[in-house]
Amino acid sequence: MSNTNRIVIIGATSAMAEHCARLWVQGKSVDLTLVGRDTQRVERVAADLRVRSPQSEIGVTTSDFLDPTAIRNTVDEIAARGVIHTVLIAHGSLPEQDDCQDNLEVCRDALEINGVSPVLFAEAFAKHMSQNNSGTLALIGSVAGDRGRKSNYVYGAAKGMVTRYAQGLQHRFANTGIKVILIRPGPTATPMTTHLVGKGPRMASAEDVARKIVEAIDRGQTNVYVPRKWAVIMLIIRHLPNSIFNKMDI
Amino acid sequence: MRPVSAWGRLDAASHDVVSLHDPAKIACQITSKPRGIAHGNGRSYGDVCLNPDGVLWHTTGLNHFISFDQSSGRLVCEAGVLLREIQRLVIPLGWILPVTPGTQLVTVGGAIANDVHGKNHHVLGSFGDHVQRIRLLRTVGQTIECGPQDNADWFAATVGGLGLTGIIVEAEIQLCRVAGPWLATDTVPYANLGEFFQLADESEADWQHTVSWLDCLDARGRGLFMRGNPTDVCNRPDPQSRKRTMPIIPPVSLVNPLSLRAFNMAYFHLKKWRAGQAIAHYESFFYPLDNILEWNRIYGPKGFYQYQCVVPRDVGQDATRAMLGEIARCSEGSFLAVLKTFGERQPVGMLSFPRPGVTLALDFPQKGLRTQMLFDRLDGIVREAGGRIYAAKDARMPRSLFEAGYPRLSEFMKYRDSGISSGLSRRLMGS
Repeated sequence: MSNTNRIVIIGATSAMAEHCARLWVQGKSVDLTLVGRDTQRVERVAADLRVRSPQSEIGVTTSDFLDPTAIRNTVDEIAARGVIHTVLIAHGSLPEQDDCQDNLEVCRDALEINGVSPVLFAEAFAKHMSQNNSGTLALIGSVAGDRGRKSNYVYGAAKGMVTRYAQGLQHRFANTGIKVILIRPGPTATPMTTHLVGKGPRMASAEDVARKIVEAIDRGQTNVYVPRKWAVIMLIIRHLPNSIFNKMDI
Repeated sequence: MRPVSAWGRLDAASHDVVSLHDPAKIACQITSKPRGIAHGNGRSYGDVCLNPDGVLWHTTGLNHFISFDQSSGRLVCEAGVLLREIQRLVIPLGWILPVTPGTQLVTVGGAIANDVHGKNHHVLGSFGDHVQRIRLLRTVGQTIECGPQDNADWFAATVGGLGLTGIIVEAEIQLCRVAGPWLATDTVPYANLGEFFQLADESEADWQHTVSWLDCLDARGRGLFMRGNPTDVCNRPDPQSRKRTMPIIPPVSLVNPLSLRAFNMAYFHLKKWRAGQAIAHYESFFYPLDNILEWNRIYGPKGFYQYQCVVPRDVGQDATRAMLGEIARCSEGSFLAVLKTFGERQPVGMLSFPRPGVTLALDFPQKGLRTQMLFDRLDGIVREAGGRIYAAKDARMPRSLFEAGYPRLSEFMKYRDSGISSGLSRRLMGS
């Protein structure tokens, strides 16, 4: 197994992460560790990948995603099993903005699972990668993190935190053997967004987004918008003066 | 609520769409809602997969393989897995789905619920012939495991049961051995229906797959007979699939008497010129339209119907000739008209479409009364011949023709799930 590509996915039941995993095992043998919160749900993903790639090693681990000690222990255990080549941190949940405004517990949970938790996982993996001076750490942010908008600024704030954190980590690991990749998907059709279908822009498919994520990781692109048109859209939105921005219902 | 239309794009009624993506949550999702219908990849043409102003349970999130035994060829998967996913996984391993329809962009659940058939019906029957087990979830929360041996009555009701007996969440399928992705094919032009039937009779013993394209504007019934067998050719590179999309919905149908005449003439003569034996990849032989995404847009904003019927073999030639005569008289029809013989096999499902005989399938642009009048005349021919119409493609057949064509309907009704209803079930079964 020593020459096999070793990949860890945090939030392996997320639709984007799962499609990345399907691409990674396609026609190749990989050593994949799937980390999730619910054993039954992660096992379902693992069983599917084992059918797709019987020659691959598919491991399953569950952890508390909000407890720093549990996160540290989970990551240490995974790292103890050998050098990790790629980590994809993909978990998240999309809360209703109104619920976040009405209920501070919902608001806190959204900030923690979309912002704090990915940062803690990344930091725990960064420690091991810096010891080996190698590895690729990919984080899934969101276009929602580029500028706060009234329709989802709590989710956007958490994702904005991931964006800023990834920038710092990229700075820290510049000129080393470690690559930090930030992926910002636009609206994507996943179970998380089913209730939004038909209410906004046409959504990208999780398969297409996953393909772009896997390509970005292969190429070592550090900042990626998927689909690419979102780079232009967000460039405009970030630079719109408040006088115009405040009139927009977005 | 949001508008959803079926593949025929006839209308886009409002639906409350609920995504079923976690098997553990389905029981709770389907019991807590008003009546709904499972909707897979939406490749059914008419209202079998729609429930206007009601709930649609989207199943494409149930897209996981569960197990595959490479020695026996038994595959277990969730109902939302596309046939394409299965084919791409198992063909390199020496297995293949025994039966697939003309598109592989359908879900396993949809293939079972419509008991789909392929070009090899005369050898292997329909999709349901190869299903070993179905896990069916009823809206009352009950789970029924059924197969050809266990709960065989539930199995017979669910295969071809139009999604009306419960939600199919999981299935076990017996695959067939195959040497590789290539087929040895042969294309033979024929000048009239008599020649078609002669070719069909001659080919059934030696060819696993047979189908024919028909020039629907030619009342004699000229066409191209295509037949294929798996081959162990293996030293060929996989073809590059070039995906094209019909980019817009044209303001009017691009299929009109003029374009139809030009296309059919060109297609027949080009293919005739290049007829004979060849080696073809399974995807281009079985699923020629799958690389043209959203081809259903070519019929314009009003959409289109597909009319597919089967009539018994002994009256097949006369009935087909009569139907082609009606169609040619109206200069209606489509680029893709398909004529095929079904083998002498009794179907598995109570409402399965395939039965021994000959099946004709054609698309028709929606032109209101004119199209309806043509269908009425075709219905008359089907009724007189003792045939039936394929529900997976239907959006308009009269209830009396449905009842006449499907003699096991009253037996089937006992197995209906009272929490499930579709546009088609209300139209043809009253609820």
